[in-house]
This record gives sequence, structure tokens and C-alpha cells, in this order.
Amino acid sequence: MTAYIIKRMLYAIPTLIGVNVLIFALFFVVNSPDDMARTILGDKNVTRAAIENWKQENGYHLPLFWNAGAAGAARVTDTIFFTKSVCLFVFDFGNADRTGTSIGDQIRLRIAPSLAIAVPTFILGLLVDITLSLIVAFYRATYLDRWALVLCVVTMSISALFYIIGGQYLFSICLRLVPISGFDTGAGMFKFVLLPVVIGAVAGIGAGVRFYRIIFLEVIGNDYIRTARAKGLSEAQVLFKHVLKNAMIPILTGVVMTIPFLFYGSLLMEAFFAIPGLGGYTLEAINGQDFAVVRAMVYLGAVLNVAGLVLTDISYTLVDPRVRLG
Amino acid sequence: MRIGTHRQTALCSVKIFAAVLAAVMLSGACGSPPNNPHRAEDRSANYYYDTFMAPPKHFDPVRSYSTDEAVFVCQVYEPPLQFHFLKRPYELEPLTAARMPNISERIIGGAVHTVYEITIKPGILYQPHPCFARDERAALRYHHLAPDDVKGFLQAGDFEHSGTRELMAADYVLQLKRMADPRLNCPILSTMAKYILGLDDYAAGLRSRLQAERAARRAAAGLLYNQNEDEKQNPVRIDYDGIAFPGVELVDRYTYRIIIKGRYPQIKYWLAMPFFAPVPQEALDFYDQAALIERGITLDRFPVGTGAYYIESYQPNRQIVLARNPNYRFEAYPAEGEPGDAGLGLLRDAGRPLPFIDRAVYMLEPEYITSWNKFLQGYYDTSGITSDNFDQAVTMTERGVGLTEQLQDQGIGLITAATASVWYFGFNMRDSVVGGLDEKQCKLRRAISIAIDIEEDLDIFSNGRGIPAHGLVPPGIFGYLEGREGVNPYVYDWDERQRRPVRKSIEEARRLLAEAGYPNGIGPDGRQLTISFDNMMTGSSYAPYLNWILKQFRRLNINLVINTTDYNRFQDKINSGNFQFFNWGWNADYPDPENFLFLLYGPNARHGQGVENSTGYVSERYDELFRRMETMDDTPERLALIKQMHAVLQHDAPLHFGYFPVGYSLYHQWYYNAKPNLMGRNTLKYKRIDGELRERLRREWNRPLIWPLVLSGLVLLLACVPAAVLVWKREHRP
Repeated sequence: MTAYIIKRMLYAIPTLIGVNVLIFALFFVVNSPDDMARTILGDKNVTRAAIENWKQENGYHLPLFWNAGAAGAARVTDTIFFTKSVCLFVFDFGNADRTGTSIGDQIRLRIAPSLAIAVPTFILGLLVDITLSLIVAFYRATYLDRWALVLCVVTMSISALFYIIGGQYLFSICLRLVPISGFDTGAGMFKFVLLPVVIGAVAGIGAGVRFYRIIFLEVIGNDYIRTARAKGLSEAQVLFKHVLKNAMIPILTGVVMTIPFLFYGSLLMEAFFAIPGLGGYTLEAINGQDFAVVRAMVYLGAVLNVAGLVLTDISYTLVDPRVRLG
Repeated sequence: MRIGTHRQTALCSVKIFAAVLAAVMLSGACGSPPNNPHRAEDRSANYYYDTFMAPPKHFDPVRSYSTDEAVFVCQVYEPPLQFHFLKRPYELEPLTAARMPNISERIIGGAVHTVYEITIKPGILYQPHPCFARDERAALRYHHLAPDDVKGFLQAGDFEHSGTRELMAADYVLQLKRMADPRLNCPILSTMAKYILGLDDYAAGLRSRLQAERAARRAAAGLLYNQNEDEKQNPVRIDYDGIAFPGVELVDRYTYRIIIKGRYPQIKYWLAMPFFAPVPQEALDFYDQAALIERGITLDRFPVGTGAYYIESYQPNRQIVLARNPNYRFEAYPAEGEPGDAGLGLLRDAGRPLPFIDRAVYMLEPEYITSWNKFLQGYYDTSGITSDNFDQAVTMTERGVGLTEQLQDQGIGLITAATASVWYFGFNMRDSVVGGLDEKQCKLRRAISIAIDIEEDLDIFSNGRGIPAHGLVPPGIFGYLEGREGVNPYVYDWDERQRRPVRKSIEEARRLLAEAGYPNGIGPDGRQLTISFDNMMTGSSYAPYLNWILKQFRRLNINLVINTTDYNRFQDKINSGNFQFFNWGWNADYPDPENFLFLLYGPNARHGQGVENSTGYVSERYDELFRRMETMDDTPERLALIKQMHAVLQHDAPLHFGYFPVGYSLYHQWYYNAKPNLMGRNTLKYKRIDGELRERLRREWNRPLIWPLVLSGLVLLLACVPAAVLVWKREHRP
């Protein structure tokens, strides 16, 4: 197992270098350092001298990848790529271009609000989805199953924005039970996270129930389930003890892959509920052409993706003893 | 066993539901509605609640240049002058200055210079701040910090001790010198360098010293030198006094002088902006410590000023709180305003000491829809109006603009004000088709100006929130002409019966087009006239507007090619002169006609030497009039010159003048002294809140409704009955 993890981590290095180069190249294909300067300096009095000065002060006056004017190793080290992107490999994210604040500090500060929404939404959604899909599987081939599927398709077809605005309208404006948006720390957080968590879980029910129902129905069709029934077990015992346990691998594949991305926050949910998390941070950076933050967040996403894949593989061995990593 | 488990689960669900209901009811019973986004303990406090849409970038007065930041910066920093809160037209008055600047002339190097001597009031104290804190031996307490000293600190307010000191003229001089620091990217450096004696040389001197220091450090560190990291740990300190700067003189403890090349009366307006506010040397030394830089505690985030408020809490990703400055001197609410202010109750607080509000809480609201709904619930004291909620807020009646019944029932008030800005269409005056000053080319532009029906534009796309422009100077600024006198005679006729200008007919535009050499839009070469329209209206929401513009040109049978790009590309095109027709706007820095009319001053031609004349319009007559008008006081002679300048512009038509946007804002009945001041941003100190009334109305408007939730639960339970029956039948199948 340890050897496998080390091997996967070594595999991750070229992936992360690739991601780093790709995000750098993509960003500067559509955005020149001049564009960044103009966006960051504002609309008024942005003279050529001011642009050059901003570039100089922020290290964007250098060539992108290759400094032909320099000598020796400085041809590589005196470039924007080297000065801005290489430090990411040691998780030194540097400072934001727009505000000059430490990106690492911002990530640390914003990760908790993101998790405060993402983790309960994820757990609640998972529990509701699995429970409902088991119930639907229990009532398979009945009118309840058919209507549940229709309902799932309907709920899947509705935009997430509708759930958010509809939820805010119903619970905050009509029933006046929770604040429309906002955030607080400590115990005061509860009233702010309740609505986004419920909306997040409800918005995912359609897709989740359909997905898990298919998994459960596949397992239900196996011989050992028929054997369990033949032993005289009740349908509930069959579902919860035998079907659920044997459906864990496909469930885990989806679940463990999702876990690392919980840190990443939700762009839409955080924007509409004014949650000061990482989703909003990324969105602000994209809108403000803050390369430093965009680069850091994409890199972080790549690292989390790699971590998610490794964790998924490891989790297989935990739920299925037949799986061996190596 | 199974039945028992189900029962326990059901019981548990019921308990949770009951607990949530109880919590909701309890919070309601405690007096704070459960949908209150603010802390319950602050419910009757003398706090002001407002929003901001995006985290501010800069609080350093030498860098901050956006209106969003001014909401905060202008409450903290105090330049020597300010705009009178009530008087219109806008009038400057001393803020920290003891009197208005003493203006004299001085000959330097054979040329006339203007000297502004400013004396500040003695006894003004800075807000409490750790940079001034002193220990028992009177030494500055926090000026030699190690990383462990600030472990866990997030804000300047996390320090245990704070102190203050008296404001001195030297603090203003220091700020003027900071303008030239290349690391600070002062956005008005290029403008000020044109007028303040020696500022450009001083900036060049600072830059060369900085570069020399950096080069030395790079040479010493070798290949892997990282400038940002190094300067975080070991900031470069430049001695501002080590280089001569003849444009500013420190006279004594309370007096300093600014020396202007020639005449530039508009400098008085800049003296009312934070760029000219004081910064204490103690603050620079305090924030220049590696331990604080590492923690992101900088002057750009935690300002130090003498204003009525200080930044108590700075969490740009959530909320920013301003608190009353305990060291604030006595300043009284104004006793006079413009006619009508007394009737509106704006003089009720005359003579009372400022500020009125204890704290101002600004919450981050990235989406307008949520802040609008919270305003309606009473959780924000003021709100703007967007196109999305315009119909919910405003109705057009025979008597003009009014509020909807719902808002009137809530006692909400509406204030409207023409902004000091203009949104226009411009022609590239160097283009062979739409440019040039030949009569034929002028007629083509006039024809287009008639065809683009700005009144229709305002009705359809802006809910009428704008005033069609006949010139460049907006209402409220000296030089704006109302009624018949102000009409653009090339585009409008004066309707004596209706007492208003009426746009000339499209037939008139077609006639002008034919005289310009394009009968029915067909050019001398027999081809349809084609004009490209550069704009930055990206996104599908602009499609109807662009279609509307196409329709305007189609009425003249002109083929309009729409080139939509992002703002950066758009700016590139304008800078390089690679366009024919474009759409842009201008927000004034100060309330002077010069700040609008310079947009067409020849030497400012953007694709020439200057920066702001985007059209490239050059008219000797206009330029000559501008030079005479530029430095005059607001006299009838100046007004006559502005009229002449407008006559030249209206004839040459380098712009379709577009419109002056009108801002609409709403306020609740517990919010007092609501008067728009588009120039002075330090207005928080004049606002007053009736916290008791606000709390009573909030509770009245936000009583929670529980029964629909209970009913929904019961319906859901009933819906489960058939499923339970099905299970029972299946389990008990013989």
C-alpha cells in the first residue's frame, strides 16, 4: 500500500507540472500583463507609465518563459513563469495581484466557511439520496417507483439557481424563518448555513436518487440477494444488510472523489448566500483577472483531484478485501 | 425490533422538528426575528447597516480611487477641505484646514507659479491606533515587532494598546511625497505631475533609488532572488527627505504650501480628496515591519486617519465595520443649505455635534437580489434601484416619479439626483468616413445624432433614469444650461407649447445624410454606407440594446457592423485609434466644467500625446476657448465661454452627447439627513438613525410563519400512508 501511494505521488508530479504550465499558458494567451495591469489599476488615468510601473512592481515586466536578454540560468529564472509558478510546488501561493494579500492566508481564512456549507450539504445529501434510493428500490416496479423517477427527472431538470432563489423566497421572505444570506462565526453560523445546506441537499436529490437506485437495482439482481431472500430475511434486512453493503464500491467511487473538492467551495451557493468561502474567492479572482489567485486555486484543484483519486483507490481496499493495490 | 426502530426514528425526527420550531419561536419571542442577519444583541443599537458588492482593493489614500472604496476611506481620512453637505452648487469649505487656502503667486525660474498655503486647525487628534502606542518610557511600543508578537493577529485592532497624537502639517507633506513612490502606483501621479512643481523629477529620483537598491539586493542574492519575498522580509526604505521636492514646503507645525506650475484653480477640488489626506510617519514605520507584512496587516487595509470613523473590523470577505472615532473633535451639523432643505427636515440637526451614528456595518452582498430583499425586510437602511427591481419600487405618474404602494406603505423614501457623469457615443475624428471637420462630415455625424433616439433608449433600457444631454456638462455643475438656452439646435427643436426640446425628425436626419453625400445611405461609389461600432457590451443581456442600435442606423439605411470586445480590447482599440464609432462614459473627479470639457481638448487627444480625448477631436477654436475657460473662476464670463464651446461642439458633433445618468436611491423612514452628495463622500457623519423605530418595524415586518411548515409536514406524513400500506401488504403476503 505504501509503495503504491509513493508511486501515485510520483506520478502526480508531471501531472502538476503539466497543470501549472497549462494554466499559465492559457491565462496569458487570453490576457497579457498589460491587460492585467489595466484591469487592476482601474478605469481612470491608466497611462502607459502607470501600466509599466505596475508590471515592474508586480514582476510582470519579465518575459513569460524564456529571457533571451539574460545570461546563463537567468534565461529561465528571470521569467514570469519561474518567479510566479515554481513556488507553487512547495505550496507557496504568494500574494494576490489585486490586493497584495497573502493567498495562503486567504485560503486558510476562507476554507472554514466553505466547509461549513459543503460538508453538511454533502453528508445530508448523501444520507437523503441513499435512503430515498433504497426506498425507491424497495418499491421497484410499483407506481411509487415510476412516480419517483418522474419526480427525479423533473428535479434534475430545474436549474440550481431556481432552488436557491426559490428557497430564499419561500423560507426567508414568505415564512421569514432564516436570513436570506450572510454568515457568522461560532453558534451564530447555524441560522445562516441551514438554508444553503437544505437547498444544496434538495437540489441534488434528483440526480443522486437516480444514480444510487440504478446501483441498488443492479445489486438486487444478483444471486446472493436471491439467496438472502430465500433464507427468509425481510425486504428491509435484505436492502440494508446485503444490498447496501455490496453497493459500496460504486458509491465510494463517487463519494471519495467528491470529498477533496468540498474544500473548493461552491461558486453559486457562496455568491447567493454571501458565504465568505473559497468559491467566492475564485470567482472574484476570475472577474478581476487576478492571475496569482486563479493560478493558485487551479493548482489547488489539481492537487485535490490527485488526492481524491488516490483516496478512492485506497477506499476500495477497505470495502472490498479482494482489491489489492500495487 | 423493526417496528421499534421505526418508531424511534420517527420520534427522533419529530424531536428535531420540534427543536427547530422551538428555536425559531424562541428567537422570535426574544425580540429578534429569526431571519435577522445581524446579531440579535445589536437590534436597537445606533448602528447603520449597508452593503458592499465586492471586497475593496485599497484603503491607502494614495492608491484608493474608486467610489466603492471611498465609502470607507473618506470616513477615515481627512483632507484639508471638504464639500459642504447641503449647499448646491457644490461648495468647498475647510475640513481640517483652519480656513480656505491662502493663494499667492511666486516667480520661480522666470515663470509664474501659484502657491497654496494651507494652515490646519491645531488640536486635531488621530484615531486610536497601535502605531502611536507608547510604553512606560514613552517609546513607541509596537515598532520592533517579532513574528511571535503578532502570532494569530488578523487586524490592527488586535493589539492591546493604542495611542494617538496631534495632526501636523508634516503629515500632509509626507502624503504628497508618497504620491511619487513608484511602489504605490498613485493613480493621479501623472495628472498631478503636470501641475505640482518638481513632482515628476521627485518621482524619477525615488524610482532610481529604488531600482539601485533592488539591483544591489539582486546582485547579492544571486539567481534565485525573489523580489517580492525579499521585500516582505526586508522592506526597502526610501528616505523621502533625501531628494529635493520643491513643490511642497513645510512652513511650521500647522502650515504647509503646495506650489503649482502656472495656474490650476482645480487643485482646490483635489484638496478635498483622500489623495491629499495626512498620513503619519509612525504609521508608515509601524506597517513597514516584516512581522506585520507577513500577516497582511498593512496601511492598505487598516488605515489611520483623523476622520469621524475608524475601521474597527476589516473582513473584506464578509463585513467591514466602522466605529465612531473617540478622539473626534467638535464639528457641528451645518446650519444652512440650499433653499428647500429646511422644509425637507435637513436642518433639524443644525448645530448638533457630529457624528450621530456609533457604528456602520457594511455586509458583503455579491448578489443584488439578496440585498434588495433584506432592504425590504428592514435589515439595510438604504438601497439603490436596479433595472430588475425598478418596477417593484418605482411608478411613473403624471406628477413624475413616485414609489409603488408597497414601498409607500413601508414609509420608504426616494431620492433622485443626476450624477456627475455622462454616457456618450463618439466618432473617430481621424477616420476618413465619420471624422473630419468638413461641413459634409459634420452633417453625417449630425444625422446619426438625430437618428439615435436617446429618449427612447432611456425609456426602454434605463426606465427613464437619465437626462438627454445637449452638451458635455451635466446638471448641478457650473456651465449646465437648462431650457431653451441649453438646447442643441442641430439635433433638437424647441417646442414652445410643451416648453421642452423635441428631437428633429428622421426625415431631417435623412436630408442631412443626403447632403453629406449619402442619399438614402448610399455613398458616391454606389455602395451602402457601413460604419463599425466598437463597444464593450459583452454578454447576452446586451443583445436587445445592440439590436436597438442597429435599428437606429437602419432608419438611415446605414449598415452598422457591431464589434463587441472585452473592456481591455476595447481600450486598446480606442488607444490606438482603430475604431469608427464607439460608446463610453465619464465620471467627473470634481464639480467643474473643465473636468468634462477637457474630454475634447485637442492636446488631450488619446491617440495623440494625451490620454482623455478619445475621439481625437482637434478644433483650434475650441482649444483656444478651453484654455481661456480652464483657469477662470465661475463668473458670467466663464459661462459665456462655455456656451461658445458648446456651440462649437454642437456644430462639429464629434460626440452624440448621449445622456446624464440619474441615480435613484431609497431609504427607510428611520434614516435621517438623506441628501445625495455626489462629490463629498465623507457623509456618514451627517447620517442619523432611529434605532428604536427600526427595531419595532423590523419585528412587525418579519413575524415568522410556522403553520405552513407544520401543514407541509402533515401532508408529507399522509402521503406516506399508501406506501406504508403497500409495505404491510407485502410483508404479510401469505
